[in-house]
Amino acid sequence: MNKNFFVSVADLSKDDILRLMRKAESFEKEPNRNILAGKVCATLFFEPSTRTRLSFETAVNRLGGKVIGFSDAATTSSSKGETLKDTIKMVSNYADLIIMRHHLEGAARYAAEITDVPIINAGDGANQHPSQTMLDLYSVYKTQGRLENLVITMVGDLKYGRTVHSLIVGMSHFKPHFKFIAPEELRLPDIYRQFMDEHNLPYEEYVDFSEEVINQSDILYMTRVQRERFTDLMEYEKVKNVYILKNCMLAESKPNLRILHPLPRVNEIAYDVDDNPKAYYFEQAKNGVYARQAIISDVLGVG
Amino acid sequence: MENNKRELQIAALENGTVIDHIPSEQLFKVVSLLGVENLKTPVTIGYNLDSKKMGKKGILKIAGKFFEQDEINRISLIAPSVKLNIIRDYEVVEKKLVHLPDEISGIVKCNNPKCITNNEPMRTRFQVIDKENVTLRCEYCELKIKKEDILLL
Repeated sequence: MNKNFFVSVADLSKDDILRLMRKAESFEKEPNRNILAGKVCATLFFEPSTRTRLSFETAVNRLGGKVIGFSDAATTSSSKGETLKDTIKMVSNYADLIIMRHHLEGAARYAAEITDVPIINAGDGANQHPSQTMLDLYSVYKTQGRLENLVITMVGDLKYGRTVHSLIVGMSHFKPHFKFIAPEELRLPDIYRQFMDEHNLPYEEYVDFSEEVINQSDILYMTRVQRERFTDLMEYEKVKNVYILKNCMLAESKPNLRILHPLPRVNEIAYDVDDNPKAYYFEQAKNGVYARQAIISDVLGVG
Repeated sequence: MENNKRELQIAALENGTVIDHIPSEQLFKVVSLLGVENLKTPVTIGYNLDSKKMGKKGILKIAGKFFEQDEINRISLIAPSVKLNIIRDYEVVEKKLVHLPDEISGIVKCNNPKCITNNEPMRTRFQVIDKENVTLRCEYCELKIKKEDILLL
């Protein structure tokens, strides 16, 4: 990985990922450190995302850095027609690190080309959200004690869910066995099936969300089936209550199974699952701060 | 005799480049990609000429101009099988083929309307990830574009 930016999961080698895992682990043990003392970090959220922004800003604050930035482009010059290039050039004069989220795909890659200030991609449209992938990977690593040779089952919107796509790419270094459960309309896109074939990764696809598949899994990665993704609303009505995880479905699951979800959830995980010790989605969100501390310290080469 | 007459359709070149076997329908794109309209030297453009291999073909005779390989590779996306004859003193001294480069910059448009390249004043950039089937990947939004979906800027 070029230490100067963190733009896409595809840029990360196996060693990069393992280094970030170990760093996240050490930040979890000792989250408050002063390694960013005297540094100014800009959070440029051209598109609002409260959860991601707060997680990054918490990470910076716990490392002793200062935060500048905006949480909505409507209040900035980009609403007056300023180009991304000009905004990035301007902020580069002020900040030691730029954490950016943008609705356009490829925005972070472009920003990394036009400035020497390290860029962290906090989401670029439907393309990449690599810090989410790092926290997902860290959650897998932490709950299973390893990343290698795990059975990972992904459920719900596998067509548009970028967290699903990035997790496939991130896990691909670690010999995973994937199982995909989705309605026909939200099936995993061809390019990811090709990707797995090219990397010799075994996988199966299912339409039924059955206990049989759950019981073979080490990780159950749930995602939201969103109404707006369907062209045929009849189809949505048919499937909307099919991909819901209920506590009773976990009775025979493996003891090490953990349930992940990128959040926010709507109804795809029943509330009775929350008290099951295998439910891990809230801790998963907490891991986001450690994963982001690891990313920040890595791109800045500190700590 | 018949051959001679056909040859006479296009003036002989003393020094320069003859680009032959251009698919007729791509001829004017090739002209534009090579920046032929900015040249000051004589250029002969042959359009819809008979070709045994291709049916109809285009040909360019450009006096006093010798292309660098990366200049000529610009046309590889639309005319992969063209041949270049380098002429010096009325003789063909070298024949060149075009090669698809590893990276294509500023020629192809990204098909993703939400790609940064379609929203900022900037050059597009694509990695050629499959030379045989001609598949490109946008360096920015990571969209993969198959041969039949490639649009030129």
